[in-house]
Amino acid sequence: MGALDVKLKQSGPVALDVSFRCAPGEVVALLGASGSGKTTTLKAIAGLLKTKFGRVTLGDDVWFDAETGVFMRPELRRVGFVFQDYALFPHLSVHGNVSLAMGHVGAAERPERAMTILERVGIGALAGQRPSQLSGGERQRVAIARALARDPKVLLLDEPFSAIDRPARQRLKSEVRALAAAVAVPVVLVTHDIDEAAAMATRMVVIDAGRTIANGAPQDLMANPGTARVAEILGVGAKD
Amino acid sequence: MDWPAFSLSLKLAFWTALLLLPVALAIGRALAFGQFRGKSLMEALVLLPLVLPPTVLGFYLLTILSPKSSLGGGLLAATGTPFVFSFPGILVASIIANIPFAVQPIARAFEAIPESVREAAFVSGLTRSATFQKIELPLAWPGIVTALALAFAHTLGEFGVVLMMGGNIPGETRTMAISVYDAVQGFKFPEAAVMSGVLVVISTVVVTLVVALSRDAAGTRRR
Repeated sequence: MGALDVKLKQSGPVALDVSFRCAPGEVVALLGASGSGKTTTLKAIAGLLKTKFGRVTLGDDVWFDAETGVFMRPELRRVGFVFQDYALFPHLSVHGNVSLAMGHVGAAERPERAMTILERVGIGALAGQRPSQLSGGERQRVAIARALARDPKVLLLDEPFSAIDRPARQRLKSEVRALAAAVAVPVVLVTHDIDEAAAMATRMVVIDAGRTIANGAPQDLMANPGTARVAEILGVGAKD
Repeated sequence: MDWPAFSLSLKLAFWTALLLLPVALAIGRALAFGQFRGKSLMEALVLLPLVLPPTVLGFYLLTILSPKSSLGGGLLAATGTPFVFSFPGILVASIIANIPFAVQPIARAFEAIPESVREAAFVSGLTRSATFQKIELPLAWPGIVTALALAFAHTLGEFGVVLMMGGNIPGETRTMAISVYDAVQGFKFPEAAVMSGVLVVISTVVVTLVVALSRDAAGTRRR
């Protein structure tokens, strides 16, 4: 499994000049204020939008290359995406939500594999429920299960804990960290919470007004933010 | 009771709703999800039959589909059927007059589907057509049934545009609404009362269904 290489550039509608690399098993946190372009970056990796310039590759696979006109459609990218609002399919059961993402698996295998994944994230007992009958934390687990059901080559998490109350959040964070380590694929986490980024990520990419302004290990960046703006976003004192 | 007119009205309403459905799905979906030049003009054209007098709509259709026009002449040559003063003619008129009643509920139903849910379908490996079948259609069904019901009910009550395009030919173009008008003109008030009553009952049932579905859809969205 190769590393995810992301280079994205455009002047509008959301200005973007972002580049980073994420190796398998690594968790890269995209950190920045609201509207800084974090979610746009995530969607561009998933193929949900196309930037004017740039290149997204996973190992030797080219997912997007503006120069040569390569653009792999999102359904072919094998990305596991956990949306901020979970975006569950409201008319399907929990089991239906997960098995729908298993188009790459034979139809006969899907029910059992879906149950295995649901049990892995601790919601096997909720398989027959509809999303409207679940709590925020349970919905989040369904969203994670659906993302894992794709057998993803890259896992993208868009503010996955923002709609969950604090006690459940702590538990879920450690569970997601363990899952990310277990699937051993590049994981990109979008957050505006510095504590969350520090706790989850092996590396942080700080984005400001669409631009990458810092990139490094959480402890290094916290100790030496480099510029005043990075220090401000990280909530630490600048040491330059 | 003018049974041939009753039967013709049901036939017209059925075919109008059925043939309008794919058109309304395509237009409604384009209006809900599409970003294209001329979208405002398209929305305005969809609403136009609501504000135009039925006689004006009927006049233009009569002119365009007349055997003397190139389109009407071509259709006559191709199908062997005239498109004025005939059932196919009133069917075309009825479909056009009902576009807003079918498109609006479908467009609103598609708009109510969060963008992230469609995106989740794509990243879950569903193609655009699979997303349409497995996600969009099931979520938009109350709007689709509402569109069918409204188009059906409105066609039963359609008068001006049908009279302009079809005239008043028994068994061919005389619908219940035209028959009621005829009965009143001929002072046959009891007959007019029975037919009006039948139309009121059918329309009440259909509109009640629409209201119930709208409430159900709103409840689902709140959940």
